Amino acid sequence: MLLLTTAVIAILGYLAGTRRALALSGGRSSNMHSRPGYYGSFVAVWAGLPALLVLAIWLIVSPAVINNVVRNDFPADALAESAATQSLNFGMIEGIARGLNALSAEETAQAERNPDELRALMGSRGVAIAGEPQPYMVKAAVDLNRLRALNGWATAFIVTLIALIGGFVSYRMIKPRFRARNRVEHVILGSLIVASSIAILTTVGIVASMLTEATQFFHAVPAWEFFFGTVWDPRFAAAGSGGSEGQFGLIPLLLGTLYIGFVAMLFAVPVGLFSAIYMAEYASPRLRAIVKPLLEVLAGIPTIVYGFFALTTVGPFLRDISAQIAGLTTGNYTSFIQAQSVLTAGFVMGIMLIPYVSSLSDDIITAVPRAMRDGSLGLGATRSETVKRVILPAALPGIVGAILMTASRAIGETMIVVLAAGVAARMQLNPFEPMTTVTVKIVNQLTGDLEFTSPQTLVAFALGITLFAITLCLNIYALYIVRKYREQYE
Amino acid sequence: MNMMSEAAVEKALDQKMNDVSYKMVGKDVSVYYGEKRALFDVNLNVRENTVTALIGPSGCGKSTFLRCLNRMNDTIESCRVTGRITLDADDIYDPSIDVVELRARVGMVFQKPNPFPKSIYENIAYGPRIHGLARNKADMDQIVEASLQRAGLWNEAKDRLQESGTGLSGGQQQRLCIARAIAVSPEVILMDEPCSALDPIATAKVEELIHELRSNYTIVIVTHSMQQAARVSQRTAMFHLGQLVEENDTDKMFTNPDDQRTQDYIMGRFG
Repeated sequence: MLLLTTAVIAILGYLAGTRRALALSGGRSSNMHSRPGYYGSFVAVWAGLPALLVLAIWLIVSPAVINNVVRNDFPADALAESAATQSLNFGMIEGIARGLNALSAEETAQAERNPDELRALMGSRGVAIAGEPQPYMVKAAVDLNRLRALNGWATAFIVTLIALIGGFVSYRMIKPRFRARNRVEHVILGSLIVASSIAILTTVGIVASMLTEATQFFHAVPAWEFFFGTVWDPRFAAAGSGGSEGQFGLIPLLLGTLYIGFVAMLFAVPVGLFSAIYMAEYASPRLRAIVKPLLEVLAGIPTIVYGFFALTTVGPFLRDISAQIAGLTTGNYTSFIQAQSVLTAGFVMGIMLIPYVSSLSDDIITAVPRAMRDGSLGLGATRSETVKRVILPAALPGIVGAILMTASRAIGETMIVVLAAGVAARMQLNPFEPMTTVTVKIVNQLTGDLEFTSPQTLVAFALGITLFAITLCLNIYALYIVRKYREQYE
Repeated sequence: MNMMSEAAVEKALDQKMNDVSYKMVGKDVSVYYGEKRALFDVNLNVRENTVTALIGPSGCGKSTFLRCLNRMNDTIESCRVTGRITLDADDIYDPSIDVVELRARVGMVFQKPNPFPKSIYENIAYGPRIHGLARNKADMDQIVEASLQRAGLWNEAKDRLQESGTGLSGGQQQRLCIARAIAVSPEVILMDEPCSALDPIATAKVEELIHELRSNYTIVIVTHSMQQAARVSQRTAMFHLGQLVEENDTDKMFTNPDDQRTQDYIMGRFG
């Protein structure tokens, strides 16, 4: 409602500003510094923006202020209670306040006289109250309601006033030599800056929230046990059963992550790189126009679909073929590759990563100046000699950067490994056996009905922040390398 | 000329070839970029151990013709060449000719210096290594030194052979590229506006170098600077709108050209 009012004032301001500008120009727009629309926008901005800012700040600050006022009126014995009880009590007061709104005036007065009946009364109106209300609570609830209503009116009044004042002042500022265009430009610049900082601030927020949760975890489990522990056994215990301490060793998970990532890169890097070289150096433009988008379609497949693929096709296929191989060599038809294994997950993840490697390296290879190619070809080098001796060395830093970026994707990949790698946290080097990764365990720890205070769930945040730190380092290093490479040609 | 039979023309050409030795002969060379025709039946012969300058306004086809001479146009998609170009009487567009081998015999220096992002030594050694010209390290050292000597870069570069070629100045880079081309001992060197990215002092050095190279190599140079053509070349060919307007001794070309268009271009009336 308030937003609508402000918007209306802003629109009116725009129309009025435009009109005034037109009137002042006397029919000749060259008299004015800016076109009429800019004066209109200027008025609209001044009418809308400060009012909305005040509204936003008011909305954030006022509940806290009101709560404080109400709390300060608590009787001394209520204030003496612990913080947790106080906040519970306050929750009850809020419930009562909500309930009171549903009552008529005389019912309210009656409730204030004998709070004991209040619970039943409200129950009949469909408002449930957690405990037996105490007398001071009802009074506080009434206060709360009064203050809130007052606050609502005050907000509406002040915001509308600010909008009107802003609009009026800016309207009066319109003069022929007034540079409205430049002012509007500043506002646009400002809004662009705000938009770009939102993404950064969100990242900071995510990191901060993960850090706080992870710190809680490290209160329960020592950091060195987490980072250097070799056994992963969180032991889901029923809440309150007590005594069942899990072991949270990161090492087996990290090893699994890196191992599967390594296998994936083993598939993805050669295939991706070779296809990039083919695309950039050999393919005719027409073929390139068809094949490149096709390859990039691979990047658009949701990873869960790759997961299905691994689970239902690749895994059983590898298992059956390994049984055949074993049978042919030893006569004993038992498969040595399990359906869920490092190899399966790595292979499917490798397929998923091919488009990343090829697309990034393709961009980097095509960025090598044509002059390099011509120089080499002009000396009588063949295409493959040119690629091998000139283009790849020149593009190498960039390609390494691309591979690192891909590796960070491999490490953060979740769905494929959840379905294809298994959940057994083990330390072993046989690629035919299942292993598990950090991401799988995060999913495991956080799915299901769990309280968010036990180390069993908090460990997910510790895992998350570790993963984040690893991929962040990889990405920063990759960006650093790519940037260094770019400088060579500019 | 029109009255003569084709056989007579051939004979006259043969006669001429006996007088002066032609390194490369272009006959009815036409080039198409897709639908667009860039070169119209050019007949141009390149004399041995001579500097031939190709001049003309931008887009006249002189660079296109130059790139036909070592088939660099092959690297451009949609480019088609018709006609006949011979190198020592071998048709270079004949399927039996290996383009890689051809480019080793007909080297090229480009408009912008394009050293590889490798050391100076590796830049020179690149070509010989590909073609297997050096049997051992000492051989290679010798080739590198000789090439740098010829390109007049030895004194400046001998103490920094292991430094990156991209760290040299523009003029030095261009001489490095010339040295790189010399290292594979080509017979013909094509230069596509080799001085257009250089300052006057570096230009003077490169021109001096071209002068010296003439005794051992056949050189074809595309240039936008008439003065440069007059300074470095013995023969000059003038292109206009994809056609060869006139080919003559440089002295005659710049004093008393046969064709009015050449006169106009040289006097600066167009182009």
